[in-house]
Amino acid sequence: MNQAIRNTWIAVMLLFVLSLGALSYVQFFAAKDLNANPLNNRQLFKEFDLPRGAILVDGKPIAESVPTEGQFKYQRVYTDPNLYSHLTGFYSLTNSSTQLESVMNDELTGKSQDQFFDRMINLFSGKENEGASVELTIDGKLQKFVYGLIPDGTRGTIIVSEPKTGNIMAMASKPSYDTNLLAVHSSKQAASNMKELLTVPGLSPYRNPAIGNLIAPGSTFKIFDMVAGLESGKYKADTMLANPPTIKLPGTNTSLPNFEGGNCAARPEATFAYIVAQSCNTPFVKMSEELGKEPFQDVTERFGFGQQVEIPMRVVPSVFPQNPSPDELGLSVIGQKDVKATPMQMNMAAMGIANDGVIMEPNLIKQVIAPDLRVLSESKPKEFSTAVSKDIADKVTDLMRGPIKSGTAVRAQVPGLDIAAKTGTSQLGDGSGLVNSWITGFAPADDPQVAVTIVFEKIDFKTGSSLTSPNLKKILEAVFNQ
Amino acid sequence: MSELETAPVPRRNMELLLLLLALAVAMGAYYLVGINSDEGLSQEFISQGLILVGLALVFHVVLRIWAKYADPVILPVTVALNGIGLAMIHRIDLAKNDNTAFRQILWTGVAMVVAMIVLWTIRDHRVLRRFTYIALAASVLLLLLPLIKGLGMEINGARIWVRVGSSLSFQPGELAKITLAIFFAGYLSSNRELILLAGRKVGPLQLPRSRDLGPMIVAWLVSIGVLVVQRDLGSSILFFGLFMVMIYVATARVSWIVIGTLMLVGGGTFAYLTMSHVTRRVDGWLNAFDPDIYHAIGGSRQIVEGLFGLANGGLMGTGLGNGSPYMVPLANSDMIVASLGEELGLIGISAIVLLYLILVSRGMRAALGSRDTFGKLLATGFSFTLALQCFVVIGGVTRLIPLTGLTTPFMAAGGSSLLSNWIIVALLLLISHNSRRPMLSGVSATAEVATKAPRRSHGLLESIKEHKR
Repeated sequence: MNQAIRNTWIAVMLLFVLSLGALSYVQFFAAKDLNANPLNNRQLFKEFDLPRGAILVDGKPIAESVPTEGQFKYQRVYTDPNLYSHLTGFYSLTNSSTQLESVMNDELTGKSQDQFFDRMINLFSGKENEGASVELTIDGKLQKFVYGLIPDGTRGTIIVSEPKTGNIMAMASKPSYDTNLLAVHSSKQAASNMKELLTVPGLSPYRNPAIGNLIAPGSTFKIFDMVAGLESGKYKADTMLANPPTIKLPGTNTSLPNFEGGNCAARPEATFAYIVAQSCNTPFVKMSEELGKEPFQDVTERFGFGQQVEIPMRVVPSVFPQNPSPDELGLSVIGQKDVKATPMQMNMAAMGIANDGVIMEPNLIKQVIAPDLRVLSESKPKEFSTAVSKDIADKVTDLMRGPIKSGTAVRAQVPGLDIAAKTGTSQLGDGSGLVNSWITGFAPADDPQVAVTIVFEKIDFKTGSSLTSPNLKKILEAVFNQ
Repeated sequence: MSELETAPVPRRNMELLLLLLALAVAMGAYYLVGINSDEGLSQEFISQGLILVGLALVFHVVLRIWAKYADPVILPVTVALNGIGLAMIHRIDLAKNDNTAFRQILWTGVAMVVAMIVLWTIRDHRVLRRFTYIALAASVLLLLLPLIKGLGMEINGARIWVRVGSSLSFQPGELAKITLAIFFAGYLSSNRELILLAGRKVGPLQLPRSRDLGPMIVAWLVSIGVLVVQRDLGSSILFFGLFMVMIYVATARVSWIVIGTLMLVGGGTFAYLTMSHVTRRVDGWLNAFDPDIYHAIGGSRQIVEGLFGLANGGLMGTGLGNGSPYMVPLANSDMIVASLGEELGLIGISAIVLLYLILVSRGMRAALGSRDTFGKLLATGFSFTLALQCFVVIGGVTRLIPLTGLTTPFMAAGGSSLLSNWIIVALLLLISHNSRRPMLSGVSATAEVATKAPRRSHGLLESIKEHKR
């Protein structure tokens, strides 16, 4: 019997040897293949142990990885997190990554095509792969300035861009948040911080309002109306148009008024230039009846509606209704009802008019710099589309001088500066009486250096208009008095 | 019967020394988990650590009183395993914001107290032989409990749990492991001569008589029954292995192993062909990296994540608290070997495997030293069960064999498993105590066996001869 027990012990030994053999195989011999398996998520976790490239503004990091103790070797740290949160996004284990941290991940981790040879060299020299740094087109001082113009507690976005290159000089939104809160390594902490941020009204840490919020553009939409009208040949700056205080929407009994407090009521008949400057509604509804939906759909598409734009973050495509009834079209051409545009889209409209009709692709990335400071790639201005002819662009520019000189945007006047802009107010129609308040424009009108778009969402009319035109003035002063 | 005579030395001081070492290892692991997580050193380290230390020392004192000559290695190894398991469960708790370690320490307490009660009440394992058929009845009852409506419940497709109260669940099958071992040890120690001597010889094989096949067939039926009715592959393998090894040790006949293997192959093929959950396991094992199977519900994700974890740990491991074992489903129970392998590396997990080997070897050493057949069979059965359980778990996690839902003894989160394994340890300690204690002159166990057994087998031989005539 003892012999049988001894034999059993030998069998037991065999079982343990097999177990140890299997463990050795998996953990030693097969480990490399397993680590490289595409199903293996742990590679993502490995990223947190590698030095990730920085995101730079004016050569200074706004996001960088600093060595740390604990679960991972590096901690992502954001400088001025609230100022840049909507651009950088966050790099988080628990909440994944967003915005630039997400779309530039290959460059930041050193996995991009441009870094192929560096990776090969590191493979042989045994050095760790280091990510490249990404330098933005953002002007740090301007970014800080425009961010400060958005009062806390409001939902506002300001974009400043260069019409000739498409480079974005400033892009800021409120409410903002501290990206460092989401980059903490503790998944428990990150999850509870995220939960708290989601309770802030108007804030989604996953969305950059400048490229992600679809907002009714109100009268800024009339930029497209001007193009459609001028291109039809039936409208010129001095064309006299009927300007009744109210108009019945085609095919309905609903009557639509001009803005009551404005100057439109003073002239039952006015030139095209006048109604643009004062932003009267009724002549544009009439225009929509006359031209039909096609020209509007055509113009908006040329300006980027319904198209995918990447800055390199994905811009949510703006929407013009596909099959509007005549009354819906009437509301659409004054930027209400089903028309929805992102702040970026309306900035592209201003850029296109400013740049003789050619829209340059909006862009945030100036260059990608290798760890040894070699420039891996430099972005060059790219054309997005030719939205209109130079002739039409010039004419629209001229019409857009009106609101500044004597119209709805007089408060944006800067002495000695030739400005073109269009204001907009869209009712939310939810019974709250609140509006979205817009302005988009550029300066100097004859040789545009900047295009500026400002929008405040869900705000009362008075506060909204005190934050659009006056802020345009402040931004232009800041830009041109540098 | 025992040819291994050890000098009767209690060796309790040696045990104390090893126990302190084991506690240092366990508490060290706990401490590392604390400082490597971003929680810092937790309150749990102090409270749960003190409970473990206290229980282990009390157990040691209990052994000093009631099982003075028990093997000095068994308790320290068990405490080390239990402690490392606790540290890993705590580590996964921290990642998942869970509190399983608290339940585990409570169960550890319950299990160790029950084990001490077993030591205190039983004193001599031979008492258990009287309960041979009661143990059989208890086994059947325990195995049937989960099937009772309202009492049993199904978790992850296996119907092996019994609900006690509102939140407490228990696997009676874990205890059935013990009662079945007792039954088989009792039955075989009484009938081994009969099984041994009767039967026909076919070539090199001495075939058992068909009526002696009875227990084997019962065993096979129980295993298949557990597999079919309760859909529990792991326990099924475990029970069958237990029976096979006990019959082999009782008879020393290879024929039993051949028959057993044939029955296993038959049962396995049948299960693979007819039972979807077995088919799924085998397919998930063979084609684990097929993305379709990986992503399927009940597919191979668990095993593949476990392999990734082990590979991530590599030779040296990521260090306790620095890996990501929580990415593996059931990281603190079925897959705790993968969790340990990731953070402690091949070196660390090998050390743990060696601890199991030491534990199993000490159990078999107790079997060798035991002065009665019943004790030998029982100790071998228990030891082999532990070894087989380790093999099935590690083999499953490393994809050597299909993954089955078995717990890693003493380490995996789960109260029933802790309880039953601590009772097994208590019984092994008792058997080793009885085998190593000084023999009393007069009525000793050996004398009893030596005088009774030959007479009885002689009588049996006579009766067989008469029968053949």
